[in-house]
Amino acid sequence: MKTPVTPDGRRAPAGGELLRMEGVRKVFPGTVALDRVDFDLRRGEVHVLLGENGAGKSTLIKMLSGAHRPDAGRILVDGEPVRIGSAQDAERLGIATIYQEFNLVPGLSVAENIFLGRQPRRFGLVDRRRMNADAAALLQRVGVDVDPRTPVAELGIARLQMVEIAKALSLDARVLIMDEPTAVLTTGEVDKLFRIVRRLREDGVGVVFITHHLEEIAALGDRVTVLRDGRSVAEVPAGTDQDELVRLMVGRSIEQQFPRERAGAGEPLLRVTGLTRRGHFDDVSFEVRAGEVVGLAGLVGAGRTEVARAVFGADPYDSGTVEVLGRRLPRHDVGAALDAGLGLVPEDRKGQGLVLDAPVHENLGLVTLRRATRAGLVDRAGQRRAAGLMAEQLRVRMAGPDQHVRTLSGGNQQKVVIGKWLLADARVLILDEPTRGIDVGAKVEIYQLVNRLTASGHAVLMISSDLPEVLGMSDRVLVMSQGRIAGELPHREATQDAVMALAVKETEGSRGH
Amino acid sequence: MATDTLDSAGPAKVPGPSGDKGAGRAPGALRLLRDNGALGALVILVVALSLLSGDFLTTQNLLNVGVQAAVTAILAFGVTFVIVSAGIDLSVGSVAALSATVLAWTATDAGLPVWLSVVLAVGTGIACGLVSGALVSYGRLPSFVATLAMLSVGRGLALVISQGSPIAFPESVSVLGDTVGGWLPVPVLVMAAMAVVTAVILNRTFSGRAMYAIGGNEEAARLSGIRVKRQKLVVYALSGGFAAVAGIVLASRLVSAQPQAAAGYELDAIAAVVIGGASLSGGVGKASGTLIGALILAVLRNGLNLLSVSAFWQQVVIGVVIALAVLQDTLRRRTA
Ligand SMILES: Nc1ncnc2c1ncn2[C@@H]1O[C@H](COP(=O)(O)OP(=O)(O)OP(=O)(O)O)[C@@H](O)[C@H]1O
Ligand SMILES: [Mg+2]
Repeated sequence: MKTPVTPDGRRAPAGGELLRMEGVRKVFPGTVALDRVDFDLRRGEVHVLLGENGAGKSTLIKMLSGAHRPDAGRILVDGEPVRIGSAQDAERLGIATIYQEFNLVPGLSVAENIFLGRQPRRFGLVDRRRMNADAAALLQRVGVDVDPRTPVAELGIARLQMVEIAKALSLDARVLIMDEPTAVLTTGEVDKLFRIVRRLREDGVGVVFITHHLEEIAALGDRVTVLRDGRSVAEVPAGTDQDELVRLMVGRSIEQQFPRERAGAGEPLLRVTGLTRRGHFDDVSFEVRAGEVVGLAGLVGAGRTEVARAVFGADPYDSGTVEVLGRRLPRHDVGAALDAGLGLVPEDRKGQGLVLDAPVHENLGLVTLRRATRAGLVDRAGQRRAAGLMAEQLRVRMAGPDQHVRTLSGGNQQKVVIGKWLLADARVLILDEPTRGIDVGAKVEIYQLVNRLTASGHAVLMISSDLPEVLGMSDRVLVMSQGRIAGELPHREATQDAVMALAVKETEGSRGH
Repeated sequence: MATDTLDSAGPAKVPGPSGDKGAGRAPGALRLLRDNGALGALVILVVALSLLSGDFLTTQNLLNVGVQAAVTAILAFGVTFVIVSAGIDLSVGSVAALSATVLAWTATDAGLPVWLSVVLAVGTGIACGLVSGALVSYGRLPSFVATLAMLSVGRGLALVISQGSPIAFPESVSVLGDTVGGWLPVPVLVMAAMAVVTAVILNRTFSGRAMYAIGGNEEAARLSGIRVKRQKLVVYALSGGFAAVAGIVLASRLVSAQPQAAAGYELDAIAAVVIGGASLSGGVGKASGTLIGALILAVLRNGLNLLSVSAFWQQVVIGVVIALAVLQDTLRRRTA
């Protein structure tokens, strides 16, 4: 047990117990999400929660944040049993939470979101100047470059995540819960986040940290509690080696994390030439060939998602061309892109990928809906069958195909978005953060599905903030920097260092091709 | 809860380990009641009124209720498409009146063959819907504003065409206001047919499924290749077409097209949809619910009349019932 320094000595001895959960149980219709789980958190430690998708991690922390109440068991804070019935209760107890799914109001500014319900006031009116200044300070602390007056709707998911972090920090809590905060962040932001968390730990804050990136555990954590099927199966030190962690988590070991198999590239399927959207990206050209996976790497804000969306027709562009199989696509027309054989798994599953209040099987069948229509009528039985098979293949953990997607765990929601596009059988599939929030075991299964796609002559363009994933799965890596393609690396030469060097390169005068 | 089938299949398949007593084991009728809050309200109303008034539970009176419900129900079916796709249509009453006026005017004053007049009337309704739909999808107007404008335009055009006075309805169409076999009112038949059409469109057609997706998450629908703008045109066109049918049925009953007919009916239609369990935020709603909603309103009006409650108090009671019906439905969903 290490004894963190508390510089101002403002809190009782480091290492003392902050909170404890005893024998908690939570049941949802059709699912026992948690059963007899014990968990505790000490001052000045980072306690990692580890488990497969649907193991119950988010459910556990939601009982601390006031979103759920346990059906059995009890929660103690500072040794006193407490009832956390609402977010206000949690806040009073000094518990701040960053949820897996974002909870920001799209129409409001970044500053308003950070201080929602707690806006600084002057003479009864919101003191905008102070609010914006305070927000700017917080944003600088987490190291994200956004104007506090920007509407949240204009931010990509990495920045949304940083705003969520800033919001939680603004609460000055004693317990900070972070549910997969790094799922969409690139190495640079993760480093900044870790620095902040380490400083908080030194100040005696207790941190609950959920992640599917195993390498982060040793880097940041102190202890790890492993959940499996709603039970706590182990509590081990964070230094435990990764293979052992995986074994505890999934009950078996994983041989190969990136099972890349390629037969060699064929004809070009997607050709992008000189694509430009002022203020977003400039003169982007590349090609994706049959049987190939092309990675698109870069820092947050480099323009990867913007390019992907423009290629797919989700956003307009100013000049340039997009061709699929030699045929030029009209600008800003998703339907045409789809008909030509393009697909896009969007980065933001909640906002762009899912109809949350519809059943799993309907979400899975959304893209194939038109194809399943004969003489005006949809073959719903066939759609259901296909969805059921896909859900099984991806091991979507659910009570049944009629369960609403909203009540699936985050990783399982992500599997539904991917499954929807796998069913669509697009010739060229663009994956934007495909494995966001997906556990190590399921990732391998998705990589194998990608292999199967390329083996059958399909092509994949993959964007991911998870650099090892991009490097491990791509045949070529395109690196973007400030809206331009800064360079291209073949699989052999694509190392973290080589990619990072290109990603931070000043692109003045260095056009892609 | 997107479809009828899902509603009943869902809880039955998942044996609640939470021990929610007897759930999933309830007999069919009870389950139907539990899964459809509005139906429960309707049953309670019917039982209460049968006890309170001896005249209520007679075949003649029930058929009367059916006739009273028909126009609202047909309008409401059209509005269901709009509400499921997260919009609102305030223009259906005006469009109904305009379509009926077009029918009467073309058949009598312009002397066109009746079948052509009917086609023109329905075409008018669809055209009004297309205009609203175009304003919403291409003009990016909120549906509230676009259809509010159409409410005024439609009514105005009806007044212009009819010069403000009723036009006699051609006799061959007025049979729609009669009965078959001397007892079964045609409006009830039309209502039933439109209910089936609505259910098929919502459950089985591409456009219907697209409505749920658009209402649930428009961006996700768009990125799944659903041509959202085009689908919205379909949605409002359907609403306009249904309004035209309702207008024709109403005019047949009145044996004349009245430019001021169906004023305010859009609110009854919306109420019926909402009582039927649809959500104004979109993605939820079904034909059976809307039918039940319309029946609740008609039963209530009829019963209150039988009990000689004054027209003033009727309004109060109806308002309270709308609130209660929707309230119990949301409470039921929350505890489910
Ligand atoms: N509101 C709900 N209604 C029904 N089932 C639910 C609800 N919330 C969670 N569940 C179920 O409880 C189980 C645990 O979910 P939870 O979100 O805690 O998983 P998780 O460990 O956070 O997974 P992930 O890594 O994918 O985020 C899942 O099977 C999920 O479907
Ligand atoms: Mg989770």
